[in-house]
Amino acid sequence: MSIISIKNLTYQYPTSEEDVLRDISVEFESGKFYAVIGANGAGKTSLCNAIRGFIPHFYNGELQGDVLIEGRDIREWELGELSTKIGYVFQNPFTQISGVKDTVFDEISFGLENLGVEESEIRSRVADIIQLLEIGHLQEKNPFELSGGQKQRVALASIIVMEPEILVIDEPTSQLDPQSTEAIFSIIELMQKKGKTIILVEHKIELIAEYADYIIVMKDGKAVLQGNADDVLSNEQAIELGCALPQYALFGIEMKENGMDLGTIPLTEKKAISAVQHLLEKRRVTS
Amino acid sequence: MTYLSLKDVSFSYPNGFQAVQHVNMSFDKGESAAIIGQNGAGKTTTVKMMNGLLKPTEGSVIVDGWDTKDYSTAQISRKVGYVFQNPDDQIFHNDVYSEIEFGPKKLGLSEEVVKANVLKSAEIAGVTDFLKENPYNLPYSMRKFVTIASVLAMDSNVIILDEPTAGQDPGSLEIISNMIKTLNNEGKTVITITHDMEFVANNFERVIVMANCQVIADRNKRDVFWDFDILEKALLKQPHMSKIANALQIGDKIISRAELIKEIKKVQK
Ligand SMILES: Nc1ncnc2c1ncn2[C@@H]1O[C@H](COP(=O)(O)OP(=O)(O)OP(=O)(O)O)[C@@H](O)[C@H]1O
Ligand SMILES: Nc1ncnc2c1ncn2[C@@H]1O[C@H](COP(=O)(O)OP(=O)(O)OP(=O)(O)O)[C@@H](O)[C@H]1O
Ligand SMILES: [Mg+2]
Ligand SMILES: [Mg+2]
Repeated sequence: MSIISIKNLTYQYPTSEEDVLRDISVEFESGKFYAVIGANGAGKTSLCNAIRGFIPHFYNGELQGDVLIEGRDIREWELGELSTKIGYVFQNPFTQISGVKDTVFDEISFGLENLGVEESEIRSRVADIIQLLEIGHLQEKNPFELSGGQKQRVALASIIVMEPEILVIDEPTSQLDPQSTEAIFSIIELMQKKGKTIILVEHKIELIAEYADYIIVMKDGKAVLQGNADDVLSNEQAIELGCALPQYALFGIEMKENGMDLGTIPLTEKKAISAVQHLLEKRRVTS
Repeated sequence: MTYLSLKDVSFSYPNGFQAVQHVNMSFDKGESAAIIGQNGAGKTTTVKMMNGLLKPTEGSVIVDGWDTKDYSTAQISRKVGYVFQNPDDQIFHNDVYSEIEFGPKKLGLSEEVVKANVLKSAEIAGVTDFLKENPYNLPYSMRKFVTIASVLAMDSNVIILDEPTAGQDPGSLEIISNMIKTLNNEGKTVITITHDMEFVANNFERVIVMANCQVIADRNKRDVFWDFDILEKALLKQPHMSKIANALQIGDKIISRAELIKEIKKVQK
């Protein structure tokens, strides 16, 4: 059964001149990893806002169609209730910092305190998350006195620690160095293994190809293409719809144009390497 | 000729934390360079010293012959423009036009010149269509371009871009890439901080690597992307095509698709 069900969703912000979400229908199944991709301004963050109820509860405006969370209409949910079920990590990490806590450790505890979790449990859960995200060196720092990437990791930690069933994560690696970016993807994968439903907005297509189960491509407010990650990324339409292909796929396509067909269009690093190895071996055997 | 230089510069924040230690770097007029390196390495802190937002606690920063210690941030920012990492730290007007106009207006330029600067910068940054919009209603990516336009409108000789590539789609990356070239051609120095290794491979020759408050390399991109010790220290990765070349142990410091394909063709024969 779908944990989130979106049917013919159309929406415009009160101040916008046209619809920013147009006739979107998507089903999200529990425990799966969904990547939302698409050009800047396509409506990815707005879609996140609709899922977490900020559209229409906070932004107002009229939501047409239906957004159902566990079968219940989004208009009937209270924002407070939703926020314990759906963890949302802001696109801009600078926005997420509460501003009421003096240390990173307390900042990450803040959400659990609000839920009334017992103090010893808070301490141990926060300590675990700090270890998981490798931010032990930051725990005594003031959250405002961090670098951009450090803030982004703290922002993610402060949501993950709450263990929400659904994680809506809006570009969590935009400010991260390359190795930390990969570490975050494996942490998100770990959350999925714990049974969480993941909805991730992200531009880094090579990592999406490696980790996501499903891809939803957005363009001009519409969900123009959706399906299994491999199918979407091998769909010739994808490029026309503004979806970037992994560098490895572009490499495979160009190899073919140069008369060296890899026999497949590789989507990931591993597949690209083994396809080339295979090609070189074949040549060695036949010559 | 050197226009901007950091001489043995260190910086400690008011809480006592030393974020930059003994950094040296210098830039010519019209030069382009990328600064890369792990989160918290000290990149933002370093460039904030270039336009006087922060003053070094040790060493000196020299801009066009001025020691930044002897001048105000307002004076230095006529020579060095800095686009903040977080656009929301920079934006404070309710429409894009006023936001871009603010800087040149403060410089005391004539009305016509201000207007010309605003329109030209908006064009280069691709925000012409949004001039009447409230920047806070724009997507994150576009807010970043608004802040870029605001800095370009000051027409300074040096432009520093702090993570302009964060959250940008391929089309926007292309705009940034063209913008850097245009500015260089006008004789401006452009310094770009980014975590996007593909963008670095495609757009720069000179790459400065920072790790743990220090500069650990300042050299051609090829010599950075094939120095595994440097990459490990600064938590970097090779560009995708270099990774394939490395796994196959072919070619000499390959970084692009064309180079890789050419090399595979050679090996195949
Ligand atoms: N609070 C708001 N009020 C009015 N319009 C808004 C608001 N937030 C977003 N919009 C508009 O909605 C459209 C979609 O924006 P959204 O932020 O959802 O795009 P996005 O795909 O997340 O872009 P990005 O890749 O830059 O994050 C844009 O045209 C934007 O200007
Ligand atoms: N206002 C501040 N007060 C105290 N320490 C700070 C402050 N701002 C940053 N720092 C610390 O200084 C160090 C360097 O930060 P800086 O922002 O220069 O890093 P950066 O290289 O730009 O990182 P990122 O890639 O994450 O943006 C970090 O360890 C950070 O925690
Ligand atoms: Mg967004
Ligand atoms: Mg920074």
